[in-house]
Amino acid sequence: MNDVDYRRPSSVAEAIRFGAEPGAAYVAGGTNLIDLMKGHVALPTRLVDVNRLPLAAVTMRPEGGIRIGAMVRNSDLANHPIVRERYPLLAQALVAGASPQLRNMATVGGNLLQRTRCHYFYDADIAACNKRSPGSGCAALEGRNRIHAILGASDACVATHPSDMCVALAALRADVVVQGVGGERRIAMARFHRLPGDAPERDTELAPGELITAVELPPSPFAARSHYLKVRDRASYAFALVSVAAALDMRDGSVRDAALALGGVAHKPWRVVAAEEALVGRPLDDATIAAASERALAGARPLRENAFKVELARRAIARALQTAGGAA
Amino acid sequence: MSSDVVDHSGLSRRHFLQAAGAAAAVVPNGVPAQPAMRDALPLGAPSAAKTTTERVVRLRVNGADRELTIEPRVTLLDALREVLALTGTKKGCDRGQCGACTVLVDGRRINACLTLAVMHEGSEITTIEGLGTPDALHPMQAAFLSRDAFQCGYCTPGQICSAVALVGELKAQALSAATFEAAPAGAVPRTIAISDAEIRERMSGNVCRCGAYVNIVAAVRAVAEGKA
Amino acid sequence: MITGQGIDRVDGRLKVTGRAPYAAEFAVPGLVHAVLVTSTVASGRIVRMDISGASAVRGVVAVLTPMNAPRLPQGGKAGVNPPAGRVLSLLQDDLVAYNRQPVAVVVADTLERAAQGARLVRVVYASGTAKLDFAAAKPNAFPPQRANREPTDHARGDVAAAVAQAATSVDVVYTTPVEHHNPMEPHATIAAWEGDKLTLHDATQNVGGVRTTLAKIFGIAPENVTVLDPYVGGGFGCKGSAWSHVALAALAAKAVGRPVKLVLERPQMFGPVGNRPHTEQSLGLAADGAGKLVAVRHATISETSTIEDWVETSSLPARHLYACANVLSSHRILKLDIATPTFTRAPGEASGNFALESAIDELAARAGIDPLELRLRNDAERDESKGRPYSSKSLRECYRVGAERFGWSRRAATPGARRDGRWLVGSGLATATYPANRSPAEALVRLLPDGSVVVASATHDLGTGTYTVMSQVAADALGVPIARIRFELGDSRLPKAPGAGGSQSAASVSPAVHAACKAMQKKVIELAIADPRSFAYRVDPEQLTVVDGWLRLASALPAGGRPIAAAGAGGEPIAAIVARNGGTPLETRAEAAPGAEREQYSMHGFGAVFAEVRVDAALGVVRVPRITAVYAIGTVLNEKLARSQMQGGIVWGMGMALFEESLRDGRDGRIVNANLAEYHVPVNADVAAIDVAFVAESDPHVNPLGVKGIGEIGITGVPAAIANAVYNATGKRIRDLPITLDKLL
Repeated sequence: MNDVDYRRPSSVAEAIRFGAEPGAAYVAGGTNLIDLMKGHVALPTRLVDVNRLPLAAVTMRPEGGIRIGAMVRNSDLANHPIVRERYPLLAQALVAGASPQLRNMATVGGNLLQRTRCHYFYDADIAACNKRSPGSGCAALEGRNRIHAILGASDACVATHPSDMCVALAALRADVVVQGVGGERRIAMARFHRLPGDAPERDTELAPGELITAVELPPSPFAARSHYLKVRDRASYAFALVSVAAALDMRDGSVRDAALALGGVAHKPWRVVAAEEALVGRPLDDATIAAASERALAGARPLRENAFKVELARRAIARALQTAGGAA
Repeated sequence: MSSDVVDHSGLSRRHFLQAAGAAAAVVPNGVPAQPAMRDALPLGAPSAAKTTTERVVRLRVNGADRELTIEPRVTLLDALREVLALTGTKKGCDRGQCGACTVLVDGRRINACLTLAVMHEGSEITTIEGLGTPDALHPMQAAFLSRDAFQCGYCTPGQICSAVALVGELKAQALSAATFEAAPAGAVPRTIAISDAEIRERMSGNVCRCGAYVNIVAAVRAVAEGKA
Repeated sequence: MITGQGIDRVDGRLKVTGRAPYAAEFAVPGLVHAVLVTSTVASGRIVRMDISGASAVRGVVAVLTPMNAPRLPQGGKAGVNPPAGRVLSLLQDDLVAYNRQPVAVVVADTLERAAQGARLVRVVYASGTAKLDFAAAKPNAFPPQRANREPTDHARGDVAAAVAQAATSVDVVYTTPVEHHNPMEPHATIAAWEGDKLTLHDATQNVGGVRTTLAKIFGIAPENVTVLDPYVGGGFGCKGSAWSHVALAALAAKAVGRPVKLVLERPQMFGPVGNRPHTEQSLGLAADGAGKLVAVRHATISETSTIEDWVETSSLPARHLYACANVLSSHRILKLDIATPTFTRAPGEASGNFALESAIDELAARAGIDPLELRLRNDAERDESKGRPYSSKSLRECYRVGAERFGWSRRAATPGARRDGRWLVGSGLATATYPANRSPAEALVRLLPDGSVVVASATHDLGTGTYTVMSQVAADALGVPIARIRFELGDSRLPKAPGAGGSQSAASVSPAVHAACKAMQKKVIELAIADPRSFAYRVDPEQLTVVDGWLRLASALPAGGRPIAAAGAGGEPIAAIVARNGGTPLETRAEAAPGAEREQYSMHGFGAVFAEVRVDAALGVVRVPRITAVYAIGTVLNEKLARSQMQGGIVWGMGMALFEESLRDGRDGRIVNANLAEYHVPVNADVAAIDVAFVAESDPHVNPLGVKGIGEIGITGVPAAIANAVYNATGKRIRDLPITLDKLL
């Protein structure tokens, strides 16, 4: 790891001032940043420790819904009574990720910003990675790409976003609240993570120096029927091959509202509103589910080693919806 | 002589992946390379000194206040092992992927390899050495011993620290993926029963290549149920 | 008798309190840190290295490269003697033979500075297209000189003719992936010179081998090299050889004039320290109408590096495991620009057993015979490949006990017949086997004035329980309470023992320990009967024995029991004998070696493995809720530890069956999942119930204590049992490991 300066601000304003300096990076849990610094994938020269900023509360919003401070640890968030009660999808997604130790360290803000686990990105000795080195090529495109994207990818980058929490936040229509030298703004979860396009070096819409301060969730009708299904190569402590956040609001045997997002398949949590709309107003039967799958996986482009993900995703969507609906 | 020169100097942007079909160069038996005058460095000559980022970091480890003069980039793990000579905490992968470095910080289990020592000033850090000694074992250590919950012993300190925290988490009714699996679909798990499935999931952040899992689960369960 | 009892590990207290020191943890004064730099191409030459950036890092004291490293005798090849002495990368030439080959060493005053420096070393390679395509190289596969200790090929009878007349046959190809050992402790070496004497703290399972190899590499006398490793954090074969980093640490220490500590980073354990190679195994089995095998054909092709011929001896078990008059078993290897493979837990047996036991299952299915029944019908009573009887073989009993414990009779014969909600349920079975190897070994015993006993041999404990079981053997052989025994190992200065490989440590060392203890007992008695101050003065030595640390008249002991009281029963503590000897410790040594029995008998451990699997019918996820395994491995030295060892091997087998694969990039030969996040070893949640049992077996030939090794037999049989269970559950036969869900969708 390179040598770094270290600062520990005591206010958000001070943190943002430090964060605006060249070569600065915010460090919270460190579970992704320090990992990438050891691998010389992330190369900050200044670390701004935001762990002690007063951003660790989970509060009810007057307009309904909740506000989650960016510094809330993943484990604390999953166990928070409000989250368990009202957003169990989020709790289940959180505890599906990483390990208990990492969940104790990782923050909401850091989880949003975690970078891909693409083999070629993660290994800084691989020259061809457009995400690390714009213009150098994409070694995964013709390489070992079993774990890579089937949706929304480009010839510049086929990486996936590895987070579980983000898939649930996408399904739950979260907003990300950020603060920078220009002030505060909100970025809808649907927009927060980018498609790779021809600029895969930018994972998110965050501007340099901006600090995530909170995530806000609208009130959710999904508490009674939700399920986060994570399909992976071993029973725990592994990233998703495919994951599904599914939640339903049912009335009189038909779907009144639905949330559906996929993980492990794209550069960002893959929520297709049209797939949710395919469920609304219908009974939760095989035909309805198939229609939703169809839309969710529209445009899927498998790579040499990951064609199985298309069928797996289809089946995982069905399983997750059935489970959420109470049928499976 | 070569057909393709691969440059990892970072000085050029030449793409290093070979095009398919490039003729294989016949590589002669390795010959001793001649030192290039520009590249050779007299061995033992220290580099020019730079400004140091070293700073005094105060850690409280196993109840004792320790003062270290270290760079900010020193991880908590390396601070423990290399600076404080507390080698009970192990480095298995250094990238948060095995759990061998698990320690307790303010009673919570974390991986010491992915956090910096400087980030934990003011915290209570407990390592395996602080849990018990050979003559005064912590109940979890005793349970591991009697149930043979280890073989080579390298992952063991991490397992034990993790397990101690696990018992507290269960008491606090913290959730795991196993809780959701055991609960009816879509429902919010209300209570958490101690089960082998719960313990397996909650200990999955501690890899054991010797495969002592069956006995680890038995030891942890015994302590969690107060039957150690 | 304490041997056999499931006592706690005697090194257990140190391990559970974090006080057992592993190789990187010894505080050697003045130590500096070294970090390895490894290649990023699979083959070629180093044209140029720019070390200016690395050298400029504060605290860096040296950057060793092929351009400036001290020259070693014979270009660094003096220690080459495969498979004991490997072909290493010691910065003596500009050749690159595989991706992640060591090409430089950066030395600094702190670990962080050395690591930073290592990243700044710039290398320019001249590199052509690497040879990485197994299929393309197959036409050039050739027979190696030997298949480990066995002939490369074995043929008996007439396979072709038998196949032509067979009632049922199968002819299938199985493949196993590249696997890496990944012990939890990374390889680590601390090298320190004093003049021309070298001391190494090294994470090794072969202190003697490291000593020999390093002495040769540096051209110094073996007596000048000391290798210490009292605690090894797992090895599984990858710590059985002295790899490049060991000599490089010593080279760096010599160059900088200070002790050097070099610890491999986890990604560096995917290349320079060996692996199990990819195999392609062609299996042909044919049976008559009664289900008796008439032909067995097992042809293995495995890959090796361009610098050393390594053979994965997968075709060996087929030569003897089943009775059959017509057998063809062969090995071929092909050379690619990859790292040299090495012994990986049950080398050959693990990979070959998967293929053979799967093929047996396929034959059973085709013939309509229960897989257990088929194995019983073909159980070999002799080793037909060598024309020898087995020293012992209780396999039928293993099958019987295992089938009962597992509930084999409840298995549905038709694949896909059992369903539990979303889960397809199936059962599978396989035979486990591993040779009972043994090598010469020596031990010493030292009786100290306080009555404690040091027993020592240059053997190893990698979690294998050596400290404990040798203490048990010593306690019984000497007649001393185990609390007084201190077993020492992991030190090349101690009496010679083989490297901890081939499951041979317990089998080799226990007879030496036993003999040395018996010699000590004899010595104590001889001293006593010659000493007028002893109660045993002039007593017939046949009347004397040592029990509980006391020299006693055998007649004073209750029949088969322990002495009632110390005083008044006649006797004295053996410490008294030492005290009267001027307080000088008594010492005995003994050597034990295998003899002619090795040529008279075929010696193997055997077992039967039963697995139940659940396969998610839609998603293809495989779970293994229970495994039952019953083994016949001769004398069990410690019930608890033996069970742990078997469970551990079974977990390895699960990893091999379901999760483990090193992914090699076909363009640059680099292992792209060189980390523990993407190379999946089993985690706790993957493992449910493992039921292990041992059948009593007394083998008078394998060694004086009837001990067969158990470190590796546990992995054998497990991949096939799981694959066979998957077939039973789903009707899908997976012939390529690991069985990941995409293969079952």
